[in-house]
Amino acid sequence: MDPALKIVIVDENPVRAAILADGLREAGYTHVTRIEEMTSLLARIYELDPDVILIDLENPSRDVLAQMFQVSRAVKRPVAMFVDQSDSAAIEAAVDAGVSAYIVDGLKKERIKNILDLCISRFHAFARLKDELERAQTALSERKVIDRAKGILMKIRKISEADAYALLRRTAMNENKKIADLAQSVVTAAELLK
Amino acid sequence: MTADALRVGFIPLVDSAALLVAVDKGFAAHEGLAVELVREVSWSNVRDKLNIGLFDAAHLLAPLAIASSLGVGHVKMPLLAPFLLGFNGNAITVSPGLYDLLAAATDGNLADPNVSARALARVVADRRGKGRDPLTFGMTFPFSTHNYQIRYWMAAGGVDPDEDVRLVVLPPPYMVDSLASRQVDGFCVGAPWNSIAVELGIGRILHFGRDIVAHAPEKVLAVRAAWAANRADVLQRLLRALGRAALFINDPANLDDVAALLAAPQRVGVAPELIRATIEGRLRTALGGTPRVAPDYVMIGRDGAARPELLDAAWLYAQMVRWGQAPFSMESVAAAKACFRPDLYDSAVERSATLPDMPADRIGAFVGPPFHDDDVAGYLAALKMPPGHR
Repeated sequence: MDPALKIVIVDENPVRAAILADGLREAGYTHVTRIEEMTSLLARIYELDPDVILIDLENPSRDVLAQMFQVSRAVKRPVAMFVDQSDSAAIEAAVDAGVSAYIVDGLKKERIKNILDLCISRFHAFARLKDELERAQTALSERKVIDRAKGILMKIRKISEADAYALLRRTAMNENKKIADLAQSVVTAAELLK
Repeated sequence: MTADALRVGFIPLVDSAALLVAVDKGFAAHEGLAVELVREVSWSNVRDKLNIGLFDAAHLLAPLAIASSLGVGHVKMPLLAPFLLGFNGNAITVSPGLYDLLAAATDGNLADPNVSARALARVVADRRGKGRDPLTFGMTFPFSTHNYQIRYWMAAGGVDPDEDVRLVVLPPPYMVDSLASRQVDGFCVGAPWNSIAVELGIGRILHFGRDIVAHAPEKVLAVRAAWAANRADVLQRLLRALGRAALFINDPANLDDVAALLAAPQRVGVAPELIRATIEGRLRTALGGTPRVAPDYVMIGRDGAARPELLDAAWLYAQMVRWGQAPFSMESVAAAKACFRPDLYDSAVERSATLPDMPADRIGAFVGPPFHDDDVAGYLAALKMPPGHR
């Protein structure tokens, strides 16, 4: 571990960037900076002069970093990708997690191996979190629409809540549909017939 | 028989049309291929995912396929380009402010790139004399025809693109914003971004890419060399589907259909009128002006344009050497040529007529020495001479 390494995170997603930055700080890296403004990305990177750059793969600005590989006067410190031919497993793991890492030329790869590992595990953790959140949100909105459909059926058919739910469930089964989808049709139909 | 499943990456640009049409019009399915198209946000992603096998094939910048094969600028991975998805399609757009400066710096017609390049040199010299920051220009990737075209134009006027101006990579979706906020004074990018800048009144199209280089190999279908060897039959069927898609696109009766298909949010995702105008080469160069029409503005599989020629690969490699991206060697010329595979194309696609009005050297740069792929070193030496001595 090398706490002196300057690490830059390029990620437009504030939550994921925070999760990653926290992880790096917990691991003892003190120089962690996030860049969120993409229009002057290269200028910011030169200003910060990092040893390691971590960027998410959803970011179109990855191509801006490609310029740093060029041997040109505009580029101050040449940058290399963390992985080379011998590291196909590492590059696959990183791409799979949705992240890419760049290091300044000459920096020994062993020195940042644990940074990349941490990065990969935090990206996976974020993806799981996002998944769970989406599932929870879907479940919540499905419950809401089923409640509305039940209310409509109770009013129109003058039946109890339990009967309204049983009716929805039976009809959904007969039509080979999800209850939530059928409930949505009931709500839509009711709105049209208003 | 179950279909062979393929994952193919693409960037939402009009020149991915042959690929998108091959899948969405069922030409791929007809060949027994179940193609999953994956829309990507950066060329770096497309290259990496192709390299590590997450993609079987990809829509790729033609020079990037060669750079990857040579191991220039990144991890070496031999790629093959058996199908040219598009020729041309770029344009150089400048801010109205820079356009006025260029117009004031010359008596000639700015539509002539010789005139505009010399005017640029005068504007650059004038700014330097006044101690002002150099002009900044955007392009899409170091290994792209956008980069080589804008450099070719600048150099023709005596402007050194590495010394006299700032030339920076900008992702295409950020180009227009950067021009509006004056972070850049101009850019070289593909459709539809030039037209969007024009319609917003923040840019003027100075040149179509074809004004600089008449016949620039733009995008290829790229596959790993090892994959092509192992799955020769699948590749052949994919190429056949692309060939059929190219014919479909070039039938004027299908143009509305093609534009609607490409306009879908998960495909290119811009207005169908804009896609149609791009394919027809009908672009307004200034707000409120009448469109300029150039049928070769972009060429997708038309009149044999999809056949990758060895000369195209050698020319792209020569541009890499010219701008210091790659060292020169005869081995690299051969390796670059080996990346383009007209033989694979011929084995799958019926040859159509050759291109009409082809430039004598096939490339057709507006100025400078003609290109010969058997004398790349001589071509590069001739480029180094001052413009008056060519």
